[in-house]
Amino acid sequence: MIDWGTIIAGLLTLAIFTFLYGDNPIYRFAESLLIGVSIGYFLVITWQNTIVSLLIKPLVSDGRIGLIIPLGLGLLMLSRFSSRLSFLSRLPIAVLIGSGAGVAIPAMLDARTLRQIDATIAPLWTDGGLAIGTIVVVLGVLTTLAYFYFSRAQTGSLGRISQIGIYFLMVFFGTTFGYTVMSRMSTFIGRMEFLLVDFLRLTQ
Amino acid sequence: MRRKLPQIIVAAVGLIMFLVYFSGHPTAQRVNQTILVDYWQIIFAFTLIVGVIGFARSNLQQIQRGDGRFFRIVSLVGLVSMPILALIGGINAGSPFVWMFDHVQAPMQATVFALLAFFVASAALRGFRARSVPAAILLLAATITLLARSDVGGATIAWLPETAEWIRAHPSMAARRAILIGIGLGSLTTSLRILIGIERTWLGSER
Repeated sequence: MIDWGTIIAGLLTLAIFTFLYGDNPIYRFAESLLIGVSIGYFLVITWQNTIVSLLIKPLVSDGRIGLIIPLGLGLLMLSRFSSRLSFLSRLPIAVLIGSGAGVAIPAMLDARTLRQIDATIAPLWTDGGLAIGTIVVVLGVLTTLAYFYFSRAQTGSLGRISQIGIYFLMVFFGTTFGYTVMSRMSTFIGRMEFLLVDFLRLTQ
Repeated sequence: MRRKLPQIIVAAVGLIMFLVYFSGHPTAQRVNQTILVDYWQIIFAFTLIVGVIGFARSNLQQIQRGDGRFFRIVSLVGLVSMPILALIGGINAGSPFVWMFDHVQAPMQATVFALLAFFVASAALRGFRARSVPAAILLLAATITLLARSDVGGATIAWLPETAEWIRAHPSMAARRAILIGIGLGSLTTSLRILIGIERTWLGSER
């Protein structure tokens, strides 16, 4: 029996790979289809998981009248399509931005700043002797922060310290690059495996 | 009033959410849950609908003008087909909707992701030149990570995986932490600027 799903997936995979040769109509066809299908998919999932599950069902079946507020705010978003009423869409945006900003102040301070400082401050001398790794981390954090300190010209001693911070940043960018390339390569190997084993059936 | 009212809402909602964060009272927790889960998700769902309508309108206008007509029709067909399939067969496993996701969307998405491996590699070949000390450090860190993460590097040079892990856990982590601290402080100041009303770019144009 012909597995149409694998054939279509294989042909579309090859269509995307044709971009390696250059921009071409086959790639553009696959790209356009991917854009349309992806948006359609997210529309359906959002409709089902949010509009139906969080709004319509609780509002109609459970009688949660309070949900009229987010419904009204959501409907105001649609005013963006009217040049005369588009200012109304600022109200739901204000709720999103206001609540986001209000939560971000303590949450970001806690998760991004205080916890990172807490993790950095560790004993530099342990039972096993000098903790080289911890010293490197403390040195790296301080010098990198010095590099991001823009309230003073980066000259003199600050310039020299921030130069060391640049070296640490380069190490970070290098390792991040390495991990990114390897993750993309593993995806590429997965696609090639699909093409050779499932689609073309060249190997088992 | 068109600009003042949204600013008042931002300040009021922001202040409520800020205070609620520090309270363990059930009512405060309920307000937190209601705004952050229900309100956010529902409003975001409507923003997605706005985006989809905008996408469809823009494509229809381009089709009328004749710009890349065929490809825009393909996009619109893809967009319309998914809700239609969901209406006909539902969205459970084995439905045409899931079939489209498994055999059309997922393979293409993964391939686009894989395609970037080539472009990242070619950009690296062109860009990675040890012209200065920072560039040499970048090149060295990337090379060690790449070799350590590949079977060849790990098998031929015994100390490589450990060295790569040490680099990741110490100098690389140090820079990452400093960046995260910076992001935290940046988010804090931006949020404060929004709540106080200094930052008003989110309001858009003057109208």
